[in-house]
Amino acid sequence: MGRIHVRTRINGEATEFLCDPRQTLLDALRDELQLTGTKEGCTTGDCGACSVTLDGLLVCSCLVLAAETEGHDVGTIEGMAQGETLHPLQQKFLEHAALQCGVCTPGFLVAAKALLDREPDPSEKQVRYALAGNLCRCTGYDKIIRAVLDAAAELRGDTR
Amino acid sequence: MSDERKYRWVGTRPIRHDGVDKVTGRANFGADFSLPGMLHGKVLRSPHAHARIVSIDVAPALALEGVKVAITGADMPDIASEMGTAGEGQVDYAEVSRNVMAREKALYDGHPVAAVAATTSEIAEEALSRIVVEYEVLPHVLTVDEAMAPGAPILHDHLRTAGLDPVPDEPTNVAQRIEIGRGDLAAGFAEADEIVEHEFTTQMVHQGYIEPHAVVARSGEDDQSVVWCCTQGPFTVRAMCAKLLGLDVSKIKVIPSEIGGGFGGKTTVYVEPLAVLLSRKAGRPVKIVMSRQEVFRGSGPASGTRIRVKLGAKADGRLTAAEAWLAYEAGAFKGSPVVAGAMCMFAPYAVENVKIEGYDVVVNKPKVNAYRAPGAPPAAFAAESALDELARKLGMDPVELRLVNAVKEGSQAIYGPKFRAIGMVETLQAAREHPHLKAKLGPNQGRGIATGFWFNAGMQSSASVSLNEDGTATVVSGCPDIGGSRTSLALMAAEELGIDVQKVRPVVADTETIGYNDATGGSRVTFATGMAVIESARDVVRQLRERAASIWGVELEQVEWNDGQALPINGADEGELEPLSIGTLARRAARTGGPISASTSLTARGAGPSFATHICDVEVDPETGVVQVVRYTAIQDAGKAVHPGYVEGQYQGGAAQGIGWALNEEYVYDEKGVLQNPGFLDYRMPVASDLPMIDTVIVEVPNPTHPYGVRGVGETPIIPPLAAVANAVRDATGVRFGDLPMSPPTVLARLDAR
Repeated sequence: MGRIHVRTRINGEATEFLCDPRQTLLDALRDELQLTGTKEGCTTGDCGACSVTLDGLLVCSCLVLAAETEGHDVGTIEGMAQGETLHPLQQKFLEHAALQCGVCTPGFLVAAKALLDREPDPSEKQVRYALAGNLCRCTGYDKIIRAVLDAAAELRGDTR
Repeated sequence: MSDERKYRWVGTRPIRHDGVDKVTGRANFGADFSLPGMLHGKVLRSPHAHARIVSIDVAPALALEGVKVAITGADMPDIASEMGTAGEGQVDYAEVSRNVMAREKALYDGHPVAAVAATTSEIAEEALSRIVVEYEVLPHVLTVDEAMAPGAPILHDHLRTAGLDPVPDEPTNVAQRIEIGRGDLAAGFAEADEIVEHEFTTQMVHQGYIEPHAVVARSGEDDQSVVWCCTQGPFTVRAMCAKLLGLDVSKIKVIPSEIGGGFGGKTTVYVEPLAVLLSRKAGRPVKIVMSRQEVFRGSGPASGTRIRVKLGAKADGRLTAAEAWLAYEAGAFKGSPVVAGAMCMFAPYAVENVKIEGYDVVVNKPKVNAYRAPGAPPAAFAAESALDELARKLGMDPVELRLVNAVKEGSQAIYGPKFRAIGMVETLQAAREHPHLKAKLGPNQGRGIATGFWFNAGMQSSASVSLNEDGTATVVSGCPDIGGSRTSLALMAAEELGIDVQKVRPVVADTETIGYNDATGGSRVTFATGMAVIESARDVVRQLRERAASIWGVELEQVEWNDGQALPINGADEGELEPLSIGTLARRAARTGGPISASTSLTARGAGPSFATHICDVEVDPETGVVQVVRYTAIQDAGKAVHPGYVEGQYQGGAAQGIGWALNEEYVYDEKGVLQNPGFLDYRMPVASDLPMIDTVIVEVPNPTHPYGVRGVGETPIIPPLAAVANAVRDATGVRFGDLPMSPPTVLARLDAR
């Protein structure tokens, strides 16, 4: 089977790549485009380490075929910081010590940003349920939840 | 001295040095590394719990276009039995070799039997399906009960029970019997006013790190191999690859990547030696990344156990006797952490009459590996659950019962030594004073408390501190940073040098760049490697004072180091000498004697034990059996918290893992011995919506053997939760759960039977 030529936008940038018809978006990002910030934890959609956005919608990139992204917008962790400035979520994760090993962190940040984009003022419970698809084994989630709530508050402040 | 000291950096919460790389996706973890011309390796695993391997034919796999090499047990050198270090424990290299690749028999579902390397991972996967293995399936044993039963199928014909005198000359699945104790048990129970006796079981659980094992190995015609991998112990990987493949240690260089969690599970090798062997045979780099299913089936989980506990106490709560019987699953090769479990379970209490009997039992499941305080959580679950029942029988508050019996400085530990300064009493007092203990409970809610003890390890560390030419500094260590330890090391260097912690760059080096380091494990890095950093930094400071003394033409004793500068003292301050800053001295180093750096290699002794008390509130849904943890407080002695944010993180993360162990996590096998839940959907770890905020209290009883009073903190937090949750469920429902996990169907069945 030949490889498929895919034209897409990744983090706002027009991007082309070739992929195997069976290749997942996760593998294409990591192996074809060297965007290794998106992590593989399970390949079955259970851990959220490979979270990306597809046209703004949060997805597990291990459950999306790379070829499906033709003509669509993909957002990954590599697109979250703007130049030299971290996104408030990234900054708050650092300030709250919300990561230990850090391998789940990109997925959490992408998922948290997807939450705050649609719900700028979430309750703790909303944050917990929105991030229930992302596994963290190090932190017990406490500091992650606090960082997201703090970032949400700061983002609301910025836009008011 | 250490408790009165004022700190400038130690005890602060700077942003970690590797933080920006980790929130931007730039940090390189195990699977993120690749090399040009790299092949992809895959491992074929036994689908049987116990089977003789009659034959393996790899020729059909090699015939596939793109497949370059294949290996089986026949390609692995036969090596003699020899003990080596892995994490906190000891392993037999000969058995590690047989665990990474089966020889005559496959001993568990998931045991590697062959491996291939091909130009793509798809071709490698296809190649696996073409390997023809003829198995003769044998009867298997999955639990200690089955394995210890008379006439049980035997895993290893050569295995005899150590610890019995004389050692019986019969094949057995019991690798070792141990006994520890003191006093007169019968007299102790005779003296008791109340006696409780209970039996407990726990299931095999997995560390559940999110990053699967991954390795890239590159070997040359000169026999040199470079291994990039995610590991807690790069020097362990080096030693094991060398031993298993019959190479000198100097032939192997291990470069540790960032590590995506380990919890003890990345203190040995699985695919690393296979990647080296494949790359040697192929003459090309080989990458192997485990799938999640392989991690569950083929890496080392924690033992399932059966434990019996009997306690006797006077009416005032004083324990008169403690007896326990423990049997731990070792998996397919000997070496469960039953000894540690036995040593820990009553360690928080000063009881005079004790007998603990333990059994290390092989079963047809993956060889267990360290998991955070290996062996202690099931043992403490049993002991602390029994204590809870004892408190009920005595009509005593559970905190008071523990306070009455708590060990303190000078108490003789059940496992041997006299305790130096410890914080058992202090954590209980902190619990008693915590608002959580006084908060009202709602309907269907209950509260439990439990304590935990872990020895902590010291072991071997090497670290260096180099002063850069502008007065900044580099700290090099060889212990992978699994939860912020790199920044703790930088904080200690900053404290000694008197410079901003962000002017210190901490680096985790490879095995050729720094002296030997035992693995990141045993809660030892901040304690032991920290000691090496402090010693090195103090050496650098001494050199700085010497340079200042030579510039000023005074004696070393006339130069004091304070807040990052040399100050004249002892008569030198009577002249007009201006202080010399670290930056000035660094810039003038070339003309005053050359570069300034120091390295220290040491065996750290005196790791202070860390005690914890946890408080847990649960709500039990009587209609579904779901247990929800609604409030949780973890109180623990850190000695001195170097970075309190990451100390709290250890408490919270350990508590969450312990809650998962208590409520949902378990390896589920079918009747053929095949693992039924090798994935995160069915192996149910806690997610964010399962947990409340986890409150923490850092108690600081300085460890007298560390310059700052530091104790390891990483492991203790996983010990109390199992019983804290079970005791809370008991409080809520009136039902004592002796069998973990307390998953909804189990809880519902017991509630309905009330």
